[in-house]
Amino acid sequence: MLVLLVDSSTPAVTAALVEVSADSVALRAHRCTVDARAHGELLAPEVDAVLADADARPADLAAIVAGLGPGPFTGLRVGLVTAATMGQVLGVPTYGVCSLDGIGYPAAAGEPVLAASDARRKEIYWAVYDGAGQRIAGPEVDAPDAAAARARDLAVTVAVGDGAHRYADVLGLPVRAEPRYPDPVALARLAGERIRAGAPGERLTPLYLRRPDAVASIGRKPVLPPAVTP
Amino acid sequence: MADEPLILGIETSCDETGVGIVRGHTLLADALASSVEEHARFGGVVPEVASRAHLEAIVPTMDRALKEAGVTIADIDAIAVTSGPGLAGALLVGVAAAKGYALAAEKPVYGVNHLAAHVAVDTLEHGPLPEPAVALLVSGGHSSLLLVDDLARGVTPLGATIDDAAGEAFDKVARLLGLPFPGGPPIDREARAGDAGAIGFPRGLTAAKDLAAHRYDFSFSGLKTAVARWVEARQRAGEPVPVADVAASFQEAVCDVLTAKALDACRAHGIETLVIGGGVAANSRLRAMAEQRAEKHGIRVRVPRPRLCTDNGAMVAALGSHLVASGVAPSRLDLPADSAMPLTVVSV
Ligand SMILES: [Zn+2]
Repeated sequence: MLVLLVDSSTPAVTAALVEVSADSVALRAHRCTVDARAHGELLAPEVDAVLADADARPADLAAIVAGLGPGPFTGLRVGLVTAATMGQVLGVPTYGVCSLDGIGYPAAAGEPVLAASDARRKEIYWAVYDGAGQRIAGPEVDAPDAAAARARDLAVTVAVGDGAHRYADVLGLPVRAEPRYPDPVALARLAGERIRAGAPGERLTPLYLRRPDAVASIGRKPVLPPAVTP
Repeated sequence: MADEPLILGIETSCDETGVGIVRGHTLLADALASSVEEHARFGGVVPEVASRAHLEAIVPTMDRALKEAGVTIADIDAIAVTSGPGLAGALLVGVAAAKGYALAAEKPVYGVNHLAAHVAVDTLEHGPLPEPAVALLVSGGHSSLLLVDDLARGVTPLGATIDDAAGEAFDKVARLLGLPFPGGPPIDREARAGDAGAIGFPRGLTAAKDLAAHRYDFSFSGLKTAVARWVEARQRAGEPVPVADVAASFQEAVCDVLTAKALDACRAHGIETLVIGGGVAANSRLRAMAEQRAEKHGIRVRVPRPRLCTDNGAMVAALGSHLVASGVAPSRLDLPADSAMPLTVVSV
């Protein structure tokens, strides 16, 4: 089964095609561009390119998997809306996977690991994975020192991901080089059971973790100078 | 007519998620989801709230539009989408959606200018637009006067607001009168019972000294402040605020400036057609005053019905249809959402 993967939760804009069989997930084509400011421009041409690379047409797709974030608001939506609209046209199911799982799951090597991506505003999105790659905490958004304290409580010995690179000194943990961004094959593996079972598609709701910045109006400032009280 | 291209339009530049479908100049579907109620308690559109709402609404709104038109996406010949100007995050959802639909259905996509779409929508109501024409576009996000030489290729900006948009002034005045958001409809309603000549509110950029540099520009910030001062002075004096008279006098000042400048532009350029679009074009006084004043000069005013004046997907589809009919090439898949898209660019 040919499956499209998209993730736009980090500065890396990723599209990939994988072949999902009964016992394996094989990468067929992959595009990734790191540019935090151009998710909207980059993703569609990447999808087009991976289809061309694999000599496939959209109608050949059996399912679409999207990274649900967490990720800074604007770019994250590009991947999700791309997956949702393509799924609608093609009549194929869409599945969501926590994007941090695409970093923490493939990084698992027997010891607990902290996966982190940049949340801007001096914070990170983070989650902790056990030695087998199972998420045991998160996803959450915190200042790096607060996330590091939580990670130490969970006996984490190593960090991974772009957010870990960025705040390596604050986290005080050795940082593994790869994966720096969500790995598409890992995302596909994590959705593998649903894909193979032909599970019903899911509505792709982003893991925002933050509320929108908005202040309810609290009345109006007067334009006249304050009245002089006698 | 059945062989005219079938065009789908997507609009997400502000708080309305719109999907429209047209064939030629015939409107087949106009599905809309609005997040306006989510913004009401903030007294204005909150960009992140709007973007979240677009993401949730786009797929169901598309479903409704296709059902309404009785077509499938495979029947569509091209997809048009507002690529600017507007709220960056909101535009991004619509542009990405249009690309997703275009990719999956293997159709061309056109990234189009929201303001040009406000002009094009009138073709669904009144047929092909005579060119050149003058267009007055007034809403909560824009107040522009344009010369439409060729709607498929380029529009010349004549003037625009130098501060608040006209619709913004309606929202702010409504708020200080204790009327709900958005302010246009309640002010229009209140004004019907009021005396438009009761209070002489200022007409921005109409004095001789301003006209030299700002003949076709607008300013509504001074008017808004004048209304606030007048209302506050009443309140301080412990007197009741005559809401209907304030609404009518404020509305009269806005409509006076808008129509005077629009008709001045028509006469100066020897143009016989004035198109009015944008949410404020739904204002009953603006329509009546424009028609009254235009008649004297033999100028024809075209205003689409209110539902088509506010933001919607049909206007984007109408512009897309005009672009396809004019042989304009589609956009590339890397087309950006451009929150500051200039008026001179009709499609990218
Ligand atoms: Zn508009």
